[in-house]
Amino acid sequence: MHEMAIAESVVRIAGQHANGRRVTKVYLNVGHLRQVVPSALTFGFELVAQGTSIEGAELALEQIPALGKCRACGAESQLPGFPLQCRDCGGFDLKIIEGEELYVESLEMEE
Amino acid sequence: MHRTAVKQVVMEGVLDANDALAQANRDRFDGAGNYVINMMSSPGAGKTALLESTLERLRGKLRLGILEGDVQTTLDADRLARFHVPLVQVNTDPGFGGECHLDANMVRSGLSELALDEIDVLVIENVGNLVCPAEFKVGEDARVMVYSVTEGEEKPLKYPLMFRSADLVLVNKVDLLEHLDFDLEQFLGNLDAVNPGVERILTSARTGQGVEEWCSWLDRRKD
Repeated sequence: MHEMAIAESVVRIAGQHANGRRVTKVYLNVGHLRQVVPSALTFGFELVAQGTSIEGAELALEQIPALGKCRACGAESQLPGFPLQCRDCGGFDLKIIEGEELYVESLEMEE
Repeated sequence: MHRTAVKQVVMEGVLDANDALAQANRDRFDGAGNYVINMMSSPGAGKTALLESTLERLRGKLRLGILEGDVQTTLDADRLARFHVPLVQVNTDPGFGGECHLDANMVRSGLSELALDEIDVLVIENVGNLVCPAEFKVGEDARVMVYSVTEGEEKPLKYPLMFRSADLVLVNKVDLLEHLDFDLEQFLGNLDAVNPGVERILTSARTGQGVEEWCSWLDRRKD
């Protein structure tokens, strides 16, 4: 499951930025198109965080819906599922504007 | 003791570290003149069997190299060793019970054992898995998915991450179609729903159907 590898990376990034301070909350932004299962990621995060300065921190997932811009007609569409299709002209050639995010947005720590 | 909570903005991509290593691999491949394919599929879709047919057919025509990724064992590499091409096996088992994918660092660790200067096209055979390998760039130029008709029509809709990222889909084991309820048209429709118009070749490693077309596709990569 890629959630475990993602969790490892999140804990590593948080640890680097915390620089020894205790982390209480990690804000992670995840686009819908990333196919991340939140419960699996939270489980992996808690497991990987054990024994680090991140142990016990809450993982706050901000899920970002998919949004695309049609290359044919220029309209923007919310993309709740596949096929990814323009709601105006029905075209399939879309530039993904949002929904592929996967980044640590911020940390809450004890000073 | 009084503790103050502070919030620090980070804005760091979870896969940035991997992407940077992938780019370093890519620079190395470019320097050696390699075209690199990241081959992905479920376990048992026929990647290794297809590679056997491929190596057989392209022997003396195209200088192929293989990087084999598996959780454990060298069984796949052993199968391909008889072709005497540059070949290295990378096992992912030091991870959590074995990582389910290759990442850029694992690929890098295998490169020192490959004579890159003697390779036109390097095929990286990823760990069999329909989800995780899609997230991790390894420095490839193209992604080729092997999908067998025994896996059902609906998988592109269930596993869009990988199907969306493919540049070519080899629809394998088509010799079995007559024995299965698999609806090829429906599968191709689902494929187009997640990756419109993606190149596809119907293949059978067993009968050789489509292997020539796949080999020509490969052969054109060296240009």
